[in-house]
Amino acid sequence: MNAPVVWIAFPAVLGLILLFLPWERWVTYIGTVAMLILAAIAFWIPTDTAQLIGPFSVRIDSTLSLFGRQMSLTPADQIVLILIFMIGAFWFFGTLAADGARRIVPLGMIVIALLVASLAVQPFLYAALFIEMAVLVTVPLLLKPRQTPGRGLIRFLVYQTLAMPFILFAGFLLSGITAGPADIDLIVQAAGLLGLGFAFLLAVFPLYTWIPLLAEEAHPYAFGFIMTLFPTFSLIFGLNFIDRYSWLRDSATLLQALRLTGLLMIVTGGVWAAFQRSLSRTLAYAIIAETGVSLLAVSLPDRQTGLQIMFFLLIPRALALGVWTLSLSIFQLDAPLRYETLQGLGRKYPLAAAGLVLSNLTLAGMPLLASFPARQALWEKLAATSFSSALWFALATFGLWFAAIRSLTVLVMSKEHAPWKSVELNEQRVLVGLGLLGLFLFGLFPQWAQPLFASLPAMFQHLGK
Amino acid sequence: MDYLQWTASILLAVTSVGLLVSRDWRFSLGLLAGQYFCAFWLILTSWPLTMSAAKLVTGWMAVAALAMTQIGLPEETQPETSWPQGRLFRLFAASLVLIATVQVTHDVQLWLPNAGPQIVWGALVLIGMGLLHLGITVQPMRVIMGLLTTLAGFEILFATLDTSILVAGLLSAITLGLALTGSYLLTVNTLEEAE
Repeated sequence: MNAPVVWIAFPAVLGLILLFLPWERWVTYIGTVAMLILAAIAFWIPTDTAQLIGPFSVRIDSTLSLFGRQMSLTPADQIVLILIFMIGAFWFFGTLAADGARRIVPLGMIVIALLVASLAVQPFLYAALFIEMAVLVTVPLLLKPRQTPGRGLIRFLVYQTLAMPFILFAGFLLSGITAGPADIDLIVQAAGLLGLGFAFLLAVFPLYTWIPLLAEEAHPYAFGFIMTLFPTFSLIFGLNFIDRYSWLRDSATLLQALRLTGLLMIVTGGVWAAFQRSLSRTLAYAIIAETGVSLLAVSLPDRQTGLQIMFFLLIPRALALGVWTLSLSIFQLDAPLRYETLQGLGRKYPLAAAGLVLSNLTLAGMPLLASFPARQALWEKLAATSFSSALWFALATFGLWFAAIRSLTVLVMSKEHAPWKSVELNEQRVLVGLGLLGLFLFGLFPQWAQPLFASLPAMFQHLGK
Repeated sequence: MDYLQWTASILLAVTSVGLLVSRDWRFSLGLLAGQYFCAFWLILTSWPLTMSAAKLVTGWMAVAALAMTQIGLPEETQPETSWPQGRLFRLFAASLVLIATVQVTHDVQLWLPNAGPQIVWGALVLIGMGLLHLGITVQPMRVIMGLLTTLAGFEILFATLDTSILVAGLLSAITLGLALTGSYLLTVNTLEEAE
């Protein structure tokens, strides 16, 4: 058995089969269980290691040759695989309450398979091609039948597609050169192309205009799922570039550029979030700020700590976005997601209102909630590097806090003596409640996940040491 | 052989400018098909015939997929909503792009020693025209044609750098995927959601 067959081909084929299964609940159950099984296999059977399961000896080879190239998932990728498939299971299980399982689960499985392929392909440069294929599969996931494609989706498609040729072309140019003095001109030009490609891929300032537009057009849960996966894999892809080229690893200019870009995204995301009149757009700007947080973490001079912070934030982010978009999906069944139409709905949907506000506060780094330990560490390290950057970080955090308080005010304001009466369905209560529990548990006991994340930077040959 | 490649590059310029100004989808798709043939001719200088032919066939399949979708749709009655709409303006913008590509061909050729100026210029024309196309429209059909044009330009350049079958296959899959995505975007508002 080969690792790419288990973690790429199997979910892709199962996703294709599930597309034709007419029972929504069964699609959710099968998709969730499949993701959990794949995470469990990654946990218990590391690649290239024989394991005894009862009387059988099981071994999964890490590498598969494909048209003269290799797809390889080594033991260093084990933790990422566990994380990705656990995140997949969490999102797919949420479709029980969020609706749209017949699109989100099968297409989501194919997207996850393609993104895992982007991790596995050698040379890593070809990852851009798999990410682009995942983008194409995303379109039917975000746009349901009877809906007209809007500007947000079109821009998403255009920007993400343009990223691929720029990165691929720059990568090909860079792969043929060394960092000798004669190559400096070529390196600068190729680095420019590479930067442009990643600016498109990560939707950095000012190329993120499609995110708020798409948030308004797409189903909130599908949008949240995509915005959890894509920035994560794009960042890992970008880190692979930094890991591969010594001139990038040692570049002080790169660190400054990452810090400046990260700050611009956090500040614009955080401040804009505070002034929106639509809950979808508030979510979109919080997501933009989150990408900025990851870039800031990568920009820290202490690489090990920066990478650990970046990886540590993956689970709180997935949890918070899951609960936030699940709550939005519940509200959307009742009214459009604009402040004027949502007034007082918190009294009908108290748990969804709590989910929305607390997940917003999680991404704002509120103490006791899941993101707090990592954001606190990041803020501390940032202050040691640049005090002004730490102040801008505080301003952005304040913007996200303000957005949460504003959403809470809108959701609970109502005519006098309007009763509090929950009309949420039991499955909605259970799923939002479990998500909230997760947010608190992860905030109260961050040390539980520490062993998992400590070894994650090891997936990079140079950065992880 | 050089003059044949120059002819292909000049034809690429003609087809891509034609795509920009044409308003009839039949004419546009015909130009796109011609564009893929010229791109095939240029790729042939770097790749073996079988791999280059695969690129041509994929391009034509993409065109066929878009054409089949358009045939089933009512004739477009709404004018282009994006600014600018005038053909003269588009021709002017296209001429600026052509001048710019002539200007940068030499610099880009320094990066690609295996590629002749005719190949680099042809590819840059496609990339430039595709980007211009993307900048002035939000109609799904036109956006997909713009993306296909840009990618075809990059593919001509990639072909001089890499001869991997895997890359060729994945790029072909992306070309087809883009066409299918375009078909989905064109028909999605007429589809019924499965119960």
